[in-house]
Amino acid sequence: MSGALPVETRGLIKRYGRIVAVDGVDLVVEPGDVYGYLGPNGAGKTTSLRMLLGLIRPTAGSARLFGRDPLVQGAKALDGVAGFVEGPRFYSYLSGRSNLQMLADYDEPDSRARIEEVLEVVELRDRAKDRVGGYSHGMRQRLGIAAALLRSPRLLLLDEPTTGLDPAGMRDMRELVRRLAEEKITIMLSSHLLYEVEELCNRVAIIRKGRIVYQGALRELMAATTTSYVIRAGDLERARTVCLTQTGVENVAVEDGVVRFSADEESVAALSVALGQARIGITALTPERASLEELFLGLTGGESSDHDRAAVAS
Amino acid sequence: MTAVARIYRWELAKLLAQKRTYLGLGAAAIVPVIFVVVLLLQTGGPNDVPLGRYIRDTGLAVPFVVLFFMSIWGFPLITALVAGDIVAAEHHNGTLKTILTRSRERGEVFAGKVLAAATYTMIIVFAMGLVGVVAGSIAWGFHPLTSLSGTKVSAGHGLALLLASLAIYTLPLAGIAAFGLLLSTVTQNSAASVVGALMWALLMQLLGVLPGTESFRPYLLGTQFEAWHGFLRVPADWAPVVRAVWVCALYILLPLSAAYLVFLRRDVAGE
Repeated sequence: MSGALPVETRGLIKRYGRIVAVDGVDLVVEPGDVYGYLGPNGAGKTTSLRMLLGLIRPTAGSARLFGRDPLVQGAKALDGVAGFVEGPRFYSYLSGRSNLQMLADYDEPDSRARIEEVLEVVELRDRAKDRVGGYSHGMRQRLGIAAALLRSPRLLLLDEPTTGLDPAGMRDMRELVRRLAEEKITIMLSSHLLYEVEELCNRVAIIRKGRIVYQGALRELMAATTTSYVIRAGDLERARTVCLTQTGVENVAVEDGVVRFSADEESVAALSVALGQARIGITALTPERASLEELFLGLTGGESSDHDRAAVAS
Repeated sequence: MTAVARIYRWELAKLLAQKRTYLGLGAAAIVPVIFVVVLLLQTGGPNDVPLGRYIRDTGLAVPFVVLFFMSIWGFPLITALVAGDIVAAEHHNGTLKTILTRSRERGEVFAGKVLAAATYTMIIVFAMGLVGVVAGSIAWGFHPLTSLSGTKVSAGHGLALLLASLAIYTLPLAGIAAFGLLLSTVTQNSAASVVGALMWALLMQLLGVLPGTESFRPYLLGTQFEAWHGFLRVPADWAPVVRAVWVCALYILLPLSAAYLVFLRRDVAGE
């Protein structure tokens, strides 16, 4: 099946009675992507991933992994695919290593040989003999990655891998995802954190109420979007004057000791040159994180929850 | 080892790691001991049940008498405790999705669970039999057994008859296990499945004692708990044994097939 796309869904729909959880989703994940599946809680991310993994049956449409449909081909469709939805779950009365031994036995017979290696990758070797019942949330998430890596996947499907982790755990998890991506594993991860997706992913799909509202390169989306920036400079008034004369630079205002304006990337680049030519020394020219949130809210209709907002701002 | 065999081995390992397995096994093993102790402490006996009159003659009679008493709800409850839990617990803990996203087909996972539940059912019956014979023999010795036809059979022959009886007794119990497994798959709720399977067993017993049910009584699940009486006749009466085999096959295969179909298609989502 070489050449087939890691993930391809067509008109994927999942209905629960009158509620439409996923409503005509078309996704394409290309080989080598670190693909962000972004949306607020309850948008249909997990339901989509469940359909990809063959855990639930689509009401309509199709989901294919490397060209194979889990609905038609069962577990064979998961060849080369691994991951988890809603956080990995294990047998709490068994040790971490025993859990992996069990899962290896549910795979091909030679996966047992990889157990120590994957424990090493997720840095759980020291605790592998302990019962999973005593593991922290972060350790379980890492064991989930280890369990997925046992399958030597070409595609990893991870549902909110950093949710519920403390800041250090989040950083470790992102570092791990980055390392795996470097090893040419295609990764699709869902998240409700925009900055996380921005940090890790080259392409995104943004889902809202079961529908995809944007799909493509995150860079393109951000480059094409008017973003707000701040300038710190020695002479704020002159900096403001230069800003006002530049095309594409809008909403210029001086407040709290900075010049704030909105512009796309191209205009910002031109502005920096203009500032230099006017011999205005600047100490900072930075995009504002909040503008990313605005982009997100703009696409998803401003219905992000307070929780999301707090997370994006953090 | 085949894939199903590997899954089966892990299903057994999971059962061995759970308290309810030991609770069931312990109950099955302790009942004959309590029986023997009570009979040692008092003079009366269960004279109106099959072989009850001879219970103090030989340890061999003890398991047969216990079989009678435990068929009403004891064994069905112990069986349902595990069979009703075997799918529902994994759903509840979220581990079902963990094992269903590996390389094994759902049918293989289901087969492993069926074999594990069947193994447990068989083990509780034979554990009771073994403990019963040992406890009874310590109390009253290992002597020839009086058959239901009134003739004596040697202790060795009696033991063979006991093993055959335990085997045929496992069949209706497997019917209850199959029903519990169906409920476990459909309801995904452990408690509901255990209680439901027990209710099913009690309903079968109840139908058997109601007046007017004579015509279909031979085909009720509860009736098959008496099939072993056929082995204890001299000469052996094969009719109830043969009937138990095919009647129980239906009571086992119908719910199992339904459970299998549900398990194959079921959406495995969160709570």
